[in-house]
Amino acid sequence: MIDKFVRSMAEAMDGIKDGSTVLIAGFGDVGAPNALIEGLIEQGATNLTVVVNSGGRNRVAGVEPSGLTKLVALGRVKKMISTFIRAQSIAGELVRTGKMEGVVIPQGTLAERMRAAGAGIPAFYTPTGAGTMVAEGKESRWYQGRECILEEALPGDVALVEAWTADRWGNLVFRDASRNFNPVVAMAGALTIVQTHHVCDLGQLPANEIVTPGIFVNRVLHVPAGDPKPVV
Amino acid sequence: MTEHTYKPLGRSGMAARAAQDIPGGWYVNLGIGIPTLVADHVPAEREVIFHSENGILGVGPAPAKHKENPWLINASSQRVSLHPGGSFFDHAMSFAMVRGQHLDLCVLGGFQVAENGDLANWAQSAESGTGQIGGAMDLAVGAKQVWVIMEHTTKGGEARLLKRCTYPLTAPRCVTRVYTSLAVLDVAERGFVVRDIIPGLSFEELQAKTEAKLHR
Repeated sequence: MIDKFVRSMAEAMDGIKDGSTVLIAGFGDVGAPNALIEGLIEQGATNLTVVVNSGGRNRVAGVEPSGLTKLVALGRVKKMISTFIRAQSIAGELVRTGKMEGVVIPQGTLAERMRAAGAGIPAFYTPTGAGTMVAEGKESRWYQGRECILEEALPGDVALVEAWTADRWGNLVFRDASRNFNPVVAMAGALTIVQTHHVCDLGQLPANEIVTPGIFVNRVLHVPAGDPKPVV
Repeated sequence: MTEHTYKPLGRSGMAARAAQDIPGGWYVNLGIGIPTLVADHVPAEREVIFHSENGILGVGPAPAKHKENPWLINASSQRVSLHPGGSFFDHAMSFAMVRGQHLDLCVLGGFQVAENGDLANWAQSAESGTGQIGGAMDLAVGAKQVWVIMEHTTKGGEARLLKRCTYPLTAPRCVTRVYTSLAVLDVAERGFVVRDIIPGLSFEELQAKTEAKLHR
Protein backbone atom coordinates (compact mmCIF):
# COMPACT_ATOMS: atom_id res chain seq x y z
CA MET A 1 0.00 0.00 0.00
CA ILE A 2 1.30 3.43 -0.90
CA ASP A 3 1.43 5.60 2.19
CA LYS A 4 3.31 8.89 1.97
CA PHE A 5 2.36 9.97 5.48
CA VAL A 6 5.28 10.16 7.87
CA ARG A 7 4.69 10.08 11.62
CA SER A 8 7.35 12.47 12.86
CA MET A 9 9.31 15.52 11.84
CA ALA A 10 12.53 13.50 12.10
CA GLU A 11 11.14 11.07 9.54
CA ALA A 12 10.03 13.97 7.30
CA MET A 13 13.53 15.49 7.35
CA ASP A 14 15.45 12.21 7.12
CA GLY A 15 18.38 12.19 4.70
CA ILE A 16 18.55 15.90 3.81
CA LYS A 17 22.23 16.47 3.09
CA ASP A 18 24.55 19.40 3.66
CA GLY A 19 24.86 21.47 0.50
CA SER A 20 21.30 20.73 -0.67
CA THR A 21 19.24 23.14 -2.73
CA VAL A 22 16.00 23.66 -0.82
CA LEU A 23 12.94 25.18 -2.51
CA ILE A 24 10.58 26.83 -0.03
CA ALA A 25 6.99 27.77 -0.97
CA GLY A 26 4.82 30.50 0.52
CA PHE A 27 4.14 34.18 0.05
CA GLY A 28 4.58 36.13 3.26
CA ASP A 29 3.31 33.80 5.97
CA VAL A 30 0.52 32.44 3.76
CA GLY A 31 1.27 28.98 2.40
CA ALA A 32 4.69 28.97 4.07
CA PRO A 33 5.81 25.55 5.39
CA ASN A 34 7.05 27.06 8.66
CA ALA A 35 6.94 23.82 10.67
CA LEU A 36 9.10 22.08 8.07
CA ILE A 37 11.62 24.96 8.14
CA GLU A 38 11.83 24.56 11.93
CA GLY A 39 12.27 20.84 11.32
CA LEU A 40 15.13 21.53 8.92
CA ILE A 41 16.78 23.77 11.52
CA GLU A 42 16.49 20.93 14.03
CA GLN A 43 17.72 18.35 11.50
CA GLY A 44 20.96 20.26 11.07
CA ALA A 45 21.72 20.32 7.33
CA THR A 46 23.92 23.27 6.48
CA ASN A 47 25.68 24.97 3.59
CA LEU A 48 22.25 25.15 1.93
CA THR A 49 21.12 26.96 -1.18
CA VAL A 50 17.65 28.28 -0.37
CA VAL A 51 15.19 29.31 -3.05
CA VAL A 52 12.31 31.37 -1.68
CA ASN A 53 10.18 34.32 -2.77
CA SER A 54 11.15 36.65 0.05
CA GLY A 55 14.39 36.58 2.02
CA GLY A 56 12.86 36.96 5.47
CA ARG A 57 12.52 39.58 8.12
CA ASN A 58 14.54 42.37 9.65
CA ARG A 59 16.35 41.98 12.95
CA VAL A 60 14.03 43.22 15.70
CA ALA A 61 15.51 43.90 19.14
CA GLY A 62 14.18 41.42 21.71
CA VAL A 63 12.49 39.17 19.12
CA GLU A 64 13.96 35.73 18.36
CA PRO A 65 14.00 35.13 14.61
CA SER A 66 11.85 32.19 13.52
CA GLY A 67 11.35 30.05 10.42
CA LEU A 68 13.34 31.10 7.36
CA THR A 69 14.77 34.16 9.11
CA LYS A 70 16.15 31.87 11.84
CA LEU A 71 17.64 29.40 9.34
CA VAL A 72 19.43 32.34 7.71
CA ALA A 73 20.46 33.96 11.01
CA LEU A 74 22.04 30.65 12.10
CA GLY A 75 24.37 30.84 9.11
CA ARG A 76 23.03 27.65 7.54
CA VAL A 77 22.41 29.20 4.13
CA LYS A 78 25.38 29.80 1.83
CA LYS A 79 23.30 31.11 -1.05
CA MET A 80 19.82 32.57 -1.33
CA ILE A 81 17.90 32.91 -4.59
CA SER A 82 14.96 35.22 -3.99
CA THR A 83 12.86 38.00 -5.53
CA PHE A 84 13.03 40.24 -2.52
CA ILE A 85 16.01 40.63 -0.17
CA ARG A 86 15.67 43.82 1.81
CA ALA A 87 18.99 45.50 2.57
CA GLN A 88 17.91 45.93 6.22
CA SER A 89 16.82 42.30 6.68
CA ILE A 90 18.99 39.68 8.37
CA ALA A 91 19.53 38.08 4.95
CA GLY A 92 20.49 41.50 3.54
CA GLU A 93 22.99 41.96 6.37
CA LEU A 94 24.64 38.61 5.61
CA VAL A 95 24.81 39.40 1.90
CA ARG A 96 26.36 42.82 2.56
CA THR A 97 28.99 41.39 4.89
CA GLY A 98 29.86 38.60 2.45
CA LYS A 99 28.60 35.78 4.69
CA MET A 100 25.91 34.67 2.26
CA GLU A 101 25.54 34.97 -1.49
CA GLY A 102 22.33 36.71 -2.56
CA VAL A 103 20.79 36.44 -6.01
CA VAL A 104 17.71 38.59 -6.61
CA ILE A 105 15.57 37.54 -9.58
CA PRO A 106 12.12 38.41 -10.96
CA GLN A 107 9.19 36.58 -9.39
CA GLY A 108 7.76 35.28 -12.65
CA THR A 109 11.18 34.01 -13.65
CA LEU A 110 11.48 32.26 -10.28
CA ALA A 111 8.12 30.53 -10.73
CA GLU A 112 8.80 29.61 -14.35
CA ARG A 113 12.31 28.29 -13.62
CA MET A 114 10.83 25.91 -11.05
CA ARG A 115 7.93 24.97 -13.32
CA ALA A 116 10.47 24.29 -16.09
CA ALA A 117 12.49 22.08 -13.75
CA GLY A 118 9.39 20.07 -12.94
CA ALA A 119 8.40 19.84 -16.59
CA GLY A 120 11.77 18.71 -17.94
CA ILE A 121 12.56 21.99 -19.72
CA PRO A 122 16.26 22.77 -19.14
CA ALA A 123 16.06 26.45 -20.09
CA PHE A 124 13.82 29.02 -21.75
CA TYR A 125 13.96 32.53 -23.22
CA THR A 126 12.00 35.37 -21.63
CA PRO A 127 11.93 39.15 -22.15
CA THR A 128 11.66 39.65 -18.37
CA GLY A 129 14.98 41.04 -17.12
CA ALA A 130 16.44 41.82 -20.56
CA GLY A 131 18.28 45.15 -20.50
CA THR A 132 18.59 45.06 -16.68
CA MET A 133 21.11 43.85 -14.09
CA VAL A 134 19.30 40.49 -14.16
CA ALA A 135 20.60 39.91 -17.70
CA GLU A 136 24.27 40.12 -16.71
CA GLY A 137 26.15 37.02 -17.84
CA LYS A 138 23.12 35.52 -19.61
CA GLU A 139 22.77 34.67 -23.28
CA SER A 140 20.33 36.88 -25.11
CA ARG A 141 18.58 36.80 -28.46
CA TRP A 142 15.66 38.51 -30.13
CA TYR A 143 12.25 36.95 -30.60
CA GLN A 144 9.23 38.76 -32.04
CA GLY A 145 11.09 42.07 -31.95
CA ARG A 146 11.98 41.83 -28.26
CA GLU A 147 15.25 41.06 -26.57
CA CYS A 148 14.98 37.89 -24.48
CA ILE A 149 17.40 36.28 -22.03
CA LEU A 150 18.08 32.61 -21.41
CA GLU A 151 16.96 31.42 -17.99
CA GLU A 152 17.75 27.95 -16.70
CA ALA A 153 15.47 25.55 -14.87
CA LEU A 154 15.77 25.65 -11.09
CA PRO A 155 15.37 22.18 -9.58
CA GLY A 156 15.59 21.44 -5.87
CA ASP A 157 17.11 18.52 -4.01
CA VAL A 158 14.37 19.20 -1.49
CA ALA A 159 11.05 21.07 -1.75
CA LEU A 160 9.09 22.24 1.28
CA VAL A 161 5.34 22.66 0.77
CA GLU A 162 2.30 23.59 2.86
CA ALA A 163 -1.08 22.11 1.93
CA TRP A 164 -4.58 22.44 3.37
CA THR A 165 -5.59 18.79 2.93
CA ALA A 166 -3.68 15.72 1.78
CA ASP A 167 -4.38 12.00 1.35
CA ARG A 168 -1.98 9.05 1.57
CA TRP A 169 -1.13 9.22 -2.14
CA GLY A 170 0.11 12.77 -1.59
CA ASN A 171 -2.73 14.44 -3.49
CA LEU A 172 -2.98 18.04 -2.31
CA VAL A 173 -5.46 20.88 -2.14
CA PHE A 174 -4.69 24.39 -0.92
CA ARG A 175 -6.69 27.04 0.85
CA ASP A 176 -7.34 30.36 -0.89
CA ALA A 177 -4.21 32.38 -1.62
CA SER A 178 -1.96 29.87 0.16
CA ARG A 179 -1.67 27.97 -3.13
CA ASN A 180 0.90 30.51 -4.48
CA PHE A 181 4.29 28.83 -5.02
CA ASN A 182 3.27 25.46 -3.51
CA PRO A 183 2.31 23.54 -6.70
CA VAL A 184 5.41 24.70 -8.63
CA VAL A 185 7.76 24.06 -5.72
CA ALA A 186 6.21 20.59 -5.33
CA MET A 187 6.90 19.67 -8.96
CA ALA A 188 10.49 20.98 -8.92
CA GLY A 189 11.75 19.02 -5.91
CA ALA A 190 13.53 15.66 -6.09
CA LEU A 191 12.35 15.09 -2.51
CA THR A 192 9.09 16.96 -1.93
CA ILE A 193 8.01 17.18 1.69
CA VAL A 194 4.56 18.48 2.60
CA GLN A 195 3.10 19.75 5.86
CA THR A 196 -0.68 19.64 5.77
CA HIS A 197 -3.35 21.13 8.03
CA HIS A 198 -5.78 18.30 7.38
CA VAL A 199 -5.61 14.71 6.24
CA CYS A 200 -8.30 12.60 4.63
CA ASP A 201 -8.89 9.09 3.34
CA LEU A 202 -8.05 8.20 -0.22
CA GLY A 203 -11.04 9.09 -2.39
CA GLN A 204 -12.31 11.87 -0.19
CA LEU A 205 -10.63 14.64 -2.19
CA PRO A 206 -12.84 15.18 -5.26
CA ALA A 207 -10.75 14.29 -8.33
CA ASN A 208 -12.00 17.46 -10.02
CA GLU A 209 -10.54 19.58 -7.25
CA ILE A 210 -7.10 18.07 -6.64
CA VAL A 211 -4.53 20.78 -7.44
CA THR A 212 -1.26 18.92 -6.96
CA PRO A 213 -1.46 15.24 -7.89
CA GLY A 214 0.49 12.95 -5.59
CA ILE A 215 3.09 12.06 -8.23
CA PHE A 216 4.93 15.25 -7.24
CA VAL A 217 4.91 14.43 -3.52
CA ASN A 218 7.19 12.13 -1.49
CA ARG A 219 6.39 12.70 2.18
CA VAL A 220 3.43 14.21 4.03
CA LEU A 221 3.41 15.27 7.67
CA HIS A 222 0.20 16.25 9.45
CA VAL A 223 0.77 19.67 11.05
CA PRO A 224 -2.38 21.56 12.09
CA ALA A 225 -0.44 24.81 12.05
CA GLY A 226 -3.31 27.29 12.47
CA ASP A 227 -3.93 30.56 10.61
CA PRO A 228 -1.10 32.46 8.91
CA LYS A 229 0.09 35.44 10.90
CA PRO A 230 -0.52 38.94 9.58
CA VAL A 231 2.49 40.91 8.40
CA VAL A 232 3.56 43.31 11.14
CA MET B 1 7.91 84.29 -13.91
CA THR B 2 5.19 84.73 -11.29
CA GLU B 3 4.77 82.09 -8.61
CA HIS B 4 1.31 80.61 -8.71
CA THR B 5 -0.25 78.83 -5.82
CA TYR B 6 -0.95 75.17 -6.41
CA LYS B 7 -1.49 72.07 -4.30
CA PRO B 8 0.33 68.89 -5.38
CA LEU B 9 -1.76 65.73 -5.29
CA GLY B 10 -1.15 63.47 -2.29
CA ARG B 11 -0.99 59.65 -2.38
CA SER B 12 -4.74 59.26 -2.48
CA GLY B 13 -5.14 62.09 -5.02
CA MET B 14 -2.65 60.49 -7.43
CA ALA B 15 -4.37 57.11 -7.04
CA ALA B 16 -7.78 58.69 -7.68
CA ARG B 17 -6.50 60.48 -10.78
CA ALA B 18 -5.17 57.22 -12.26
CA ALA B 19 -8.36 55.35 -11.31
CA GLN B 20 -10.41 57.83 -13.40
CA ASP B 21 -8.72 56.56 -16.56
CA ILE B 22 -9.18 52.79 -16.11
CA PRO B 23 -11.99 51.58 -18.39
CA GLY B 24 -14.50 48.96 -17.31
CA GLY B 25 -13.65 45.41 -18.38
CA TRP B 26 -9.88 45.74 -17.95
CA TYR B 27 -7.73 43.19 -16.11
CA VAL B 28 -5.42 45.23 -13.88
CA ASN B 29 -2.51 44.52 -11.54
CA LEU B 30 -1.71 47.10 -8.87
CA GLY B 31 1.84 47.33 -7.51
CA ILE B 32 2.91 47.84 -3.90
CA GLY B 33 2.43 51.28 -2.30
CA ILE B 34 0.37 54.07 -3.87
CA PRO B 35 -0.83 51.87 -6.79
CA THR B 36 -2.64 49.58 -4.32
CA LEU B 37 -4.82 52.58 -3.38
CA VAL B 38 -6.12 52.85 -6.96
CA ALA B 39 -8.71 50.10 -6.38
CA ASP B 40 -10.43 52.24 -3.72
CA HIS B 41 -11.11 54.92 -6.31
CA VAL B 42 -12.64 52.85 -9.10
CA PRO B 43 -16.43 53.41 -8.90
CA ALA B 44 -18.28 50.26 -7.79
CA GLU B 45 -20.45 50.23 -10.93
CA ARG B 46 -17.36 50.07 -13.18
CA GLU B 47 -16.33 46.41 -13.39
CA VAL B 48 -12.53 46.21 -13.30
CA ILE B 49 -10.92 42.86 -12.44
CA PHE B 50 -7.87 43.12 -10.21
CA HIS B 51 -5.06 40.57 -10.43
CA SER B 52 -2.66 39.90 -7.59
CA GLU B 53 0.53 38.08 -8.52
CA ASN B 54 0.31 35.74 -5.52
CA GLY B 55 -2.46 33.95 -7.38
CA ILE B 56 -5.75 35.85 -7.32
CA LEU B 57 -8.08 37.28 -9.95
CA GLY B 58 -10.99 39.33 -8.69
CA VAL B 59 -9.35 40.91 -5.65
CA GLY B 60 -11.96 42.86 -3.68
CA PRO B 61 -11.60 45.66 -1.13
CA ALA B 62 -10.16 45.34 2.37
CA PRO B 63 -12.67 43.45 4.52
CA ALA B 64 -14.18 44.67 7.78
CA LYS B 65 -12.03 43.59 10.74
CA HIS B 66 -14.38 40.77 11.80
CA LYS B 67 -14.57 39.41 8.25
CA GLU B 68 -10.82 39.17 7.66
CA ASN B 69 -9.56 35.94 6.10
CA PRO B 70 -5.92 35.25 7.08
CA TRP B 71 -5.54 33.03 3.99
CA LEU B 72 -6.42 35.81 1.59
CA ILE B 73 -3.73 38.44 1.13
CA ASN B 74 -2.68 40.57 -1.82
CA ALA B 75 0.85 40.98 -3.20
CA SER B 76 1.45 43.73 -0.62
CA SER B 77 0.62 41.13 2.11
CA GLN B 78 -2.52 43.06 3.10
CA ARG B 79 -5.65 41.08 3.91
CA VAL B 80 -8.18 41.51 1.14
CA SER B 81 -11.53 40.08 0.04
CA LEU B 82 -12.51 38.13 -3.06
CA HIS B 83 -15.05 39.46 -5.54
CA PRO B 84 -17.79 36.98 -6.55
CA GLY B 85 -16.37 35.24 -9.63
CA GLY B 86 -12.84 35.52 -8.28
CA SER B 87 -10.38 32.66 -8.60
CA PHE B 88 -7.18 31.28 -7.09
CA PHE B 89 -4.25 29.77 -8.99
CA ASP B 90 -0.57 29.03 -8.51
CA HIS B 91 2.38 31.31 -9.17
CA ALA B 92 3.30 29.80 -12.55
CA MET B 93 -0.27 30.35 -13.79
CA SER B 94 -0.33 33.82 -12.25
CA PHE B 95 2.82 34.88 -14.06
CA ALA B 96 1.64 33.24 -17.27
CA MET B 97 -1.13 35.86 -17.11
CA VAL B 98 1.49 38.57 -16.57
CA ARG B 99 4.19 37.42 -18.98
CA GLY B 100 1.75 36.14 -21.59
CA GLN B 101 0.41 39.69 -22.07
CA HIS B 102 -3.05 38.92 -20.76
CA LEU B 103 -3.19 41.89 -18.38
CA ASP B 104 -4.53 45.13 -19.87
CA LEU B 105 -2.69 47.27 -17.36
CA CYS B 106 -0.30 47.27 -14.47
CA VAL B 107 0.13 50.30 -12.25
CA LEU B 108 3.53 50.46 -10.58
CA GLY B 109 5.37 52.75 -8.22
CA GLY B 110 8.59 54.29 -9.49
CA PHE B 111 11.83 55.99 -8.52
CA GLN B 112 12.59 57.28 -12.02
CA VAL B 113 11.08 57.19 -15.51
CA ALA B 114 13.04 58.20 -18.62
CA GLU B 115 11.62 59.90 -21.69
CA ASN B 116 12.08 56.69 -23.70
CA GLY B 117 9.88 54.78 -21.22
CA ASP B 118 12.66 53.16 -19.17
CA LEU B 119 11.54 52.43 -15.62
CA ALA B 120 13.65 52.22 -12.44
CA ASN B 121 11.69 51.09 -9.39
CA TRP B 122 13.50 48.25 -7.61
CA ALA B 123 16.89 49.48 -6.38
CA GLN B 124 18.64 52.80 -5.87
CA SER B 125 22.15 51.52 -6.47
CA ALA B 126 23.78 48.93 -8.66
CA GLU B 127 24.99 46.92 -5.67
CA SER B 128 24.00 43.36 -6.47
CA GLY B 129 22.93 40.68 -4.01
CA THR B 130 20.06 42.56 -2.41
CA GLY B 131 17.07 44.39 -3.85
CA GLN B 132 13.34 44.23 -4.20
CA ILE B 133 12.36 43.08 -7.65
CA GLY B 134 9.26 41.09 -6.69
CA GLY B 135 6.95 40.91 -9.70
CA ALA B 136 7.88 44.35 -11.09
CA MET B 137 10.14 43.21 -13.95
CA ASP B 138 7.57 40.69 -15.16
CA LEU B 139 4.72 43.21 -14.93
CA ALA B 140 6.69 45.98 -16.65
CA VAL B 141 7.49 43.68 -19.57
CA GLY B 142 4.23 41.75 -19.73
CA ALA B 143 1.29 44.11 -19.21
CA LYS B 144 -0.19 45.78 -22.31
CA GLN B 145 -0.13 49.19 -20.60
CA VAL B 146 2.32 50.19 -17.86
CA TRP B 147 1.38 53.23 -15.80
CA VAL B 148 3.64 54.62 -13.09
CA ILE B 149 2.43 56.63 -10.10
CA MET B 150 5.06 58.65 -8.24
CA GLU B 151 5.88 62.07 -6.75
CA HIS B 152 7.01 64.41 -9.52
CA THR B 153 10.34 65.04 -7.75
CA THR B 154 12.28 63.47 -4.88
CA LYS B 155 11.91 64.85 -1.35
CA GLY B 156 15.10 66.80 -2.05
CA GLY B 157 13.52 68.35 -5.17
CA GLU B 158 15.49 66.31 -7.71
CA ALA B 159 13.77 65.38 -10.95
CA ARG B 160 12.37 61.85 -11.40
CA LEU B 161 11.33 62.32 -15.04
CA LEU B 162 14.70 62.10 -16.71
CA LYS B 163 16.46 61.87 -20.05
CA ARG B 164 18.00 58.61 -18.84
CA CYS B 165 17.46 56.73 -15.57
CA THR B 166 20.44 56.69 -13.21
CA TYR B 167 19.12 53.86 -11.01
CA PRO B 168 19.14 50.20 -12.13
CA LEU B 169 16.35 49.53 -14.64
CA THR B 170 13.27 47.44 -13.99
CA ALA B 171 12.70 47.20 -17.74
CA PRO B 172 13.63 49.30 -20.75
CA ARG B 173 11.01 51.20 -22.79
CA CYS B 174 8.00 49.88 -20.93
CA VAL B 175 6.16 52.84 -19.36
CA THR B 176 3.21 54.17 -21.33
CA ARG B 177 1.94 56.84 -18.90
CA VAL B 178 3.02 58.58 -15.68
CA TYR B 179 0.76 60.03 -12.98
CA THR B 180 2.71 62.37 -10.73
CA SER B 181 1.77 64.71 -7.91
CA LEU B 182 1.78 67.52 -10.51
CA ALA B 183 0.79 66.12 -13.90
CA VAL B 184 -0.30 63.28 -16.15
CA LEU B 185 2.16 62.51 -18.94
CA ASP B 186 2.11 60.05 -21.82
CA VAL B 187 5.33 58.46 -23.00
CA ALA B 188 5.33 58.91 -26.78
CA GLU B 189 7.89 58.49 -29.57
CA ARG B 190 9.09 62.08 -29.02
CA GLY B 191 9.18 61.79 -25.20
CA PHE B 192 6.90 62.98 -22.40
CA VAL B 193 3.67 64.54 -23.62
CA VAL B 194 1.77 66.46 -20.96
CA ARG B 195 -1.91 65.52 -20.85
CA ASP B 196 -2.95 67.24 -17.66
CA ILE B 197 -1.43 69.63 -15.11
CA ILE B 198 -2.82 70.35 -11.64
CA PRO B 199 -4.63 73.69 -11.33
CA GLY B 200 -2.40 76.71 -10.69
CA LEU B 201 0.78 75.24 -12.19
CA SER B 202 2.00 76.38 -15.61
CA PHE B 203 3.65 74.24 -18.28
CA GLU B 204 6.88 76.22 -17.79
CA GLU B 205 6.82 75.67 -14.03
CA LEU B 206 6.27 71.94 -14.61
CA GLN B 207 9.19 71.88 -17.06
CA ALA B 208 11.42 73.54 -14.42
CA LYS B 209 10.79 70.55 -12.13
CA THR B 210 11.49 68.02 -14.88
CA GLU B 211 14.85 67.08 -16.38
CA ALA B 212 13.46 65.59 -19.59
CA LYS B 213 11.99 67.92 -22.21
CA LEU B 214 8.20 68.11 -21.99
CA HIS B 215 5.98 68.26 -25.05
CA ARG B 216 2.51 69.75 -25.35
